Amino acid sequence: MNQVSIATTKPTFKAQSPWQRGVAEFKGSTTAIVGLVLLLVIVLVAALAPWIVFQNPYDLMQLNVLDARLPPGTANIDGGYTYWLGTDGQGRDLLSAIIYGLRISLWVGIGSALIAAVIGTMLGLLSAYAGGWVDALLMRLVDLLLSFPVILMALMILAWLGKGVGNVMLTLVVLEWAYYARTARGQALTESRREYVDAARGQGIGPWRIVVGHILPNCLPPLIVIGALQIARAITLEATLSFLGLGVPITEPSLGLLIANGFQYMLSDEYWISFFPGLALLITIVAINLVGDRLRDVLNPRLQR
Amino acid sequence: MSAPLSSFEQPSAAQPTLDVRGLSTSFYTRAGVLPAVRDVSLSIQPGRILGLVGESGSGKSVTGFSILGLVDEPGRISGGQVLFQGRDLTLLSPQELRNLQGNRIAMIFQDPMMTLNPVLRIDTQMIEAVRAHQPLSRAEARAHASRTLALLGIASPDERLRAYPHQLSGGMRQRVAIAIALLHSPDLIIADEPTTALDVTIQAQILSEVQKLVRQQGTSLIWITHDLSVVAGLADDIAVMYAGRIVEQGTVAAVLDTPQHPYTQGLIDSLPSRNKRGQRLRQIPGMAPDLLSMPAGCAFAARCSRASEACAQEPPSQQLAPGRWVRCFHPGAADEQ
Repeated sequence: MNQVSIATTKPTFKAQSPWQRGVAEFKGSTTAIVGLVLLLVIVLVAALAPWIVFQNPYDLMQLNVLDARLPPGTANIDGGYTYWLGTDGQGRDLLSAIIYGLRISLWVGIGSALIAAVIGTMLGLLSAYAGGWVDALLMRLVDLLLSFPVILMALMILAWLGKGVGNVMLTLVVLEWAYYARTARGQALTESRREYVDAARGQGIGPWRIVVGHILPNCLPPLIVIGALQIARAITLEATLSFLGLGVPITEPSLGLLIANGFQYMLSDEYWISFFPGLALLITIVAINLVGDRLRDVLNPRLQR
Repeated sequence: MSAPLSSFEQPSAAQPTLDVRGLSTSFYTRAGVLPAVRDVSLSIQPGRILGLVGESGSGKSVTGFSILGLVDEPGRISGGQVLFQGRDLTLLSPQELRNLQGNRIAMIFQDPMMTLNPVLRIDTQMIEAVRAHQPLSRAEARAHASRTLALLGIASPDERLRAYPHQLSGGMRQRVAIAIALLHSPDLIIADEPTTALDVTIQAQILSEVQKLVRQQGTSLIWITHDLSVVAGLADDIAVMYAGRIVEQGTVAAVLDTPQHPYTQGLIDSLPSRNKRGQRLRQIPGMAPDLLSMPAGCAFAARCSRASEACAQEPPSQQLAPGRWVRCFHPGAADEQ
């Protein structure tokens, strides 16, 4: 009996990476799982939009002005389909418009957050590594950017660049890289004082390889958390700018523009034109924030290990 | 395993692997200049083991870091030469120095928890260390890493290679760190208290393995420690440091059996031993001086029973026999006090 149990307790090494551990811990929260599933559904619907919706809301030929401002549940004049969420002022099916709007919102939000993350992280690492006047210059620039009200900065940049999806993304990148840069710099400065960096230097590994291969992987957890929350921020900001009429063009409405378009009908009981895009925006932001909050708990070294 | 010999390496019995001459390293802090290492000279022949002994803050670690060129701001080597196989390391460019670091001179650090990158697997770190100096494919580098781990008595090295540092015990981690130092069969290894964080049985195992490997490969080893008993069993030579200076140097037998410097005498007296059973251990009175406000003359004078007026001057390092040095105006065995 004893021999058997000894034989079976041979230690087995399961190479569980920090990421796998993180995934296991992430699963511990039901709300986070709900948020993640919701987010995946939203992303999937947005990605597959052309195959899901009845109508391409950007194709003016498919729109019928006679169908304008129909309440939710009304049948199409030609009888082909039902406007489940009603129609807007141009006779667009709101459900189709919302799904296409989500597409733009997600694309702008995720795209700008990722580009800002890459640029900001690289500048932050450069700042930490170079030190001296490079560090001073970059960090004062970051302070400058973070000290201005975001909306004011965005309005100024967009007034200068003009409308368009690309310009909105560019604006968001300009406004957001500073957050990543500051975090990456702080984290890299902390990590560069750790002994494993000395050990790597003692192995004759070059400075570039130490920064990218050793320090950057240790800086990633807080950057991922910021990334998740910045995506939500970018989406709200884009909606705000579009609502103010400075974001995406009127022919390709994002959620913010749909809300703005319906705003004038709010008091004439045609609530749905603003309400449903607003609801879609709300659900998306909540889902991203649920995931982001859980990531923050999982990746926060002060709460773990 | 044998590394290619570069043109400048001409190992001969006469040339020491490392010859440090008058090395001084200071830290230029806001509170003032902190002379951590002052006028340190030591040399080590191929295949010899030197124990660098001293209490915390005596400058022994900074000496090790200075040799390898790893002193960070605000610290700076302020004088002296570090001749490694005849080349002065303090004059090399960063690139030339990197070619030697980890390759011909390796370092083992104190805390195995900290010296391995926590988010990278052992194989990632070892393969990178191999490929920093040898143009091998990843598979070849991995095989080499696995062989080196096996040298240190690590069972199933391929499995350990796939592990993350936190999955290994402290002793295992330190073996990995030592294996990384041995990857390129360096000519000199500087070990900074690598067994201090380990329990005594693991320490004994690692000491005997390191000793065996160093002897086999003809590597010179500097073992930095505060533990005289470790040095007694491991090293050939001893250098005792106090307040940034080497106060006594010689073979292990000479220094431990007939210590000449009162500080060395004090260190030995403060250790329990068979011959002193039942007696109170003698301790050295007072505290190590503050490096920022160092007294003029002998730094040990304030704690020394032999101190005289002469000790207000800095005692020169005097040679008692070949390789046997002491820095004291009143050298001698304890009985002569």
